[in-house]
Amino acid sequence: MQTFRRSANTVFVVSLLALVFGVGGLIVLAYAIQGSPYVTRAFDVREQPVQFSHERHVAGNGIDCRYCHTSVETSAFAGIPPTKTCMNCHSQIFADSPYLEPVRASFRDDRSIAWTRVHDLPDFVYFDHSIHVNKGVGCSTCHGRVDLMPLVFQVETLQMNWCLDCHRNPEKYVRPRDQVFRMDYQPPADQIALGRKLVAEYNIRSLTSCSTCHR
Amino acid sequence: MNDATPNDLAAIRARLEQARGPEYWRSLEELAGTPAFQEALHREFPQGASELTDPVSRRTLLKLMGASLALAGITACTRQPAEKIYPYVRQPEELLPGKPLFFATAMPLDGYGSGLLVESHEGRPTKVEGNPEHPVNRGATDAYAQASILGLYDPDRSTAITYLGEIRPWGAFLTAAKAAVEARRAQGGAGIRLLTGTITSPTLGEQIRALTKEFPALRWHQWDPAGRDQVRMGGALAFGEMVETHYLLGQAAVILALDADFLACGPARLRLAREFAEGRRLTGGRREMNRLYAVEPSPTLTGSVADHRLPLSATAIHGFALALAAALGVPGLPPPRDASAYAGWIAPLARDLQANRGRSVVVVGDEQPAAVHAIAHAINQALGNVGTTVVYTDPIEVSPVDQLASLRELAADMEAGRVETLFILGANPVYTAPADLEFDRHLEKVKQRFHLGQYLDETAALCQWHVPEAHYLESWGDVRAADGTVSLIQPLIAPLHGGRTAYDVLGALGQQAGQSAYSILRAYWQARLAPEGGPAFERQWRRALHDGLIAGTAEPARPVKLAVLGDRVAEPAPRQGLEIVFRADPTVHDGRFANNPWLQELPKPHTKLTWDNAALVSPSMAARLGLANEDLVELRYRGRRVEAPVWIVPGQASDSVTVHLGYGRERGGRIAVGPGFDVYKLRTTAAPWAERGLEMAQTGRRYRLASVQDQQAIEASRPVVRSATLEEFRRRPGFAHEMAHEPARTLTLYPEHEYKGSAWR
Repeated sequence: MQTFRRSANTVFVVSLLALVFGVGGLIVLAYAIQGSPYVTRAFDVREQPVQFSHERHVAGNGIDCRYCHTSVETSAFAGIPPTKTCMNCHSQIFADSPYLEPVRASFRDDRSIAWTRVHDLPDFVYFDHSIHVNKGVGCSTCHGRVDLMPLVFQVETLQMNWCLDCHRNPEKYVRPRDQVFRMDYQPPADQIALGRKLVAEYNIRSLTSCSTCHR
Repeated sequence: MNDATPNDLAAIRARLEQARGPEYWRSLEELAGTPAFQEALHREFPQGASELTDPVSRRTLLKLMGASLALAGITACTRQPAEKIYPYVRQPEELLPGKPLFFATAMPLDGYGSGLLVESHEGRPTKVEGNPEHPVNRGATDAYAQASILGLYDPDRSTAITYLGEIRPWGAFLTAAKAAVEARRAQGGAGIRLLTGTITSPTLGEQIRALTKEFPALRWHQWDPAGRDQVRMGGALAFGEMVETHYLLGQAAVILALDADFLACGPARLRLAREFAEGRRLTGGRREMNRLYAVEPSPTLTGSVADHRLPLSATAIHGFALALAAALGVPGLPPPRDASAYAGWIAPLARDLQANRGRSVVVVGDEQPAAVHAIAHAINQALGNVGTTVVYTDPIEVSPVDQLASLRELAADMEAGRVETLFILGANPVYTAPADLEFDRHLEKVKQRFHLGQYLDETAALCQWHVPEAHYLESWGDVRAADGTVSLIQPLIAPLHGGRTAYDVLGALGQQAGQSAYSILRAYWQARLAPEGGPAFERQWRRALHDGLIAGTAEPARPVKLAVLGDRVAEPAPRQGLEIVFRADPTVHDGRFANNPWLQELPKPHTKLTWDNAALVSPSMAARLGLANEDLVELRYRGRRVEAPVWIVPGQASDSVTVHLGYGRERGGRIAVGPGFDVYKLRTTAAPWAERGLEMAQTGRRYRLASVQDQQAIEASRPVVRSATLEEFRRRPGFAHEMAHEPARTLTLYPEHEYKGSAWR
């Protein structure tokens, strides 16, 4: 006696396949979503209270990163410039521009400009700009070509495997210290050889213990 | 863990009599091996037995917590919410976001300052440490200073100026205060009173002087419940004038502490602790340690490091001092009444002191009566210690007075209706005044009552006007340290609740209305450092603020002339009954820190009690009266009664009961109200620190105390303390390490696992 219809064979094979590929697919999908720009907010241009263009100021005017981000070499926090820094120039240049009214209002009323954070690490991660900059990690390595961004967006995932990629193999990314603030720096063809040399010279250790970042 | 019953005490005594050489133990419970202690030990570090049967064990709890934590991680699978960055508009100089700044300031306690270096993150003070350049602190701090950072952020601090409980602006307070003062101008200020704590601040002193010049009949009273009245009056008794006594332990080879916990109490405690430790360290070719004798009613930190310690009731120390003086041949002193209780001690001690003339010192505790201080001055003089281990200077305080007499006078005047207006600045007399003054009842006879304080405490509740007082981390000011060095108080943050300081209030009453505390302080020091002002002053001022002190303001030593003491230092007639000893609490002090949870949580020395005070009794008294730990007893003293739990303390004098001030608060914050019992209710002007005549009665009830002494106890076989004699130490300086308990390496046949890199990779 035939208990199952013949089509049951097909159903059986399909459900087996669905089980294997479906569950596997879900896992792959979860990973893809988790690393996608939708979750990481990479390439997501944030609205800012002032239409400030890094492209204009860096590429156009040739201002060094450190003119505004003053504490990047000495502190964990790179520093967001006080309104006073803007007004150093903009009390003379474009002093009447309507685009700069929020800046002038801030200076007048002594109220901070509320910038929206673009690169936002989770609060359980400790990150220190100064050590990276001093060990030869260039600005553009993590922040991308900020000099080409009218409004800044994030270009990397800022997720743990991205951090570990460099922490495990620093020689893939380090550059000479005098090139750190160059936006158009291109790694040489023999980056690995140069990297190995710099890792030794700058005494860079591959710090991958949990407590390095999760203090 | 509480059941050291009288039977156990007999067993303990029998066991200790068999012991040879030093033996250390954690608690009487451990020594007696009570079932309660065994059970606790078993639960703390079990062989697994009690875990399996216990429904909610620590292991289950950790499992559940771990699972909750892992599940909480799922919430990370979302997009991060947008965050804002608010940069400065004009960034302050020196400030680097992400890097802390350090500012020198000073914390006043009972009038005396300690120099601190406070860490600040983007304008918020976060950590207090000692100022290395300060002569008293030399980089060290105490528990009060460490915990003061939490006091700053205490949400229970009072937050608004109030009149009869309703919020008023500062201007309304000024108008009312000024009107109250002006109303008495025709009488020269008669009827106006000022009540403060001990004041050493030169600026505040100048403000009060100016005010009393303007209103000659205005009277100023000072009161600190744990103040140094006896020290002041002892100096006055011995020398006929107010002096400040300084002990220099760095030079001392033999130290006798008479009820003196100099390592933990008094304004110079940090310096004395450092000097004492240096005298114990055998480095740089030193071969000899200093030797410390301690005679005290209750175990203290000083007593626990003493080479020789004698438990003696506080009232008997007077006789001890006289007996010692007689043995040393100090002239002009009356004989002791009865020296039999410590007969074996006097002769060897006198020999040791004689052998170290000029290198010995007798230190007397702040709580001992004035006569004992005077006798010690005479002994130190006779031993040639003055100038080497003891020096005298002019008083550090602005106006040293007998504070108890000062407060008694105020209470009497209030009762007689002679006080129209009372300004209470930073004191809480309703809670801290001796019970027989009935301060709260008399206070209500005063027409206008103004209170400046950090909390809505017992005194604030009885005053019409209350002004929130700024924390020292929010204030400008100055204060003198134990050696007289003027230490500047500079704020780390603007007042969180619009608090004001005594400088503001006194300025408003006088001719400095509208001036900030900063400008008053600066003007005072400009007039003294560089009256011409300008860059010369600016340089000195910035230097002083940077260093936290004004250099060269320590009091210089001065000669003193010992008066004839004679019968003025004779022992009072002996009284019968148990002795009650009042002490400031080791953590909440006189009650002012009662709302600080760090200090409540901090175990007190020796008893390891937290969140409570207790009546400390000796094991022999417990056996005699049939008391056990945590028995609630009624303390009866001169018609006053307070209920308190008992705690048995080995090393306590046999017929002394020690109680600590500062608990049983009725107002003053959510944490302050509740724990402990209020012994101010037993304290009278006749016996501010110790007297006999106490009675104790069982109530039949119990009161749970939280002592952490037996927590974390591991197996009983390891030494609690590793000790050796000086001779053994010279032979084997590394003895302590050699006695260390090395756990066996893993007993396994397999080779040990080699760990390479990160375990999680």
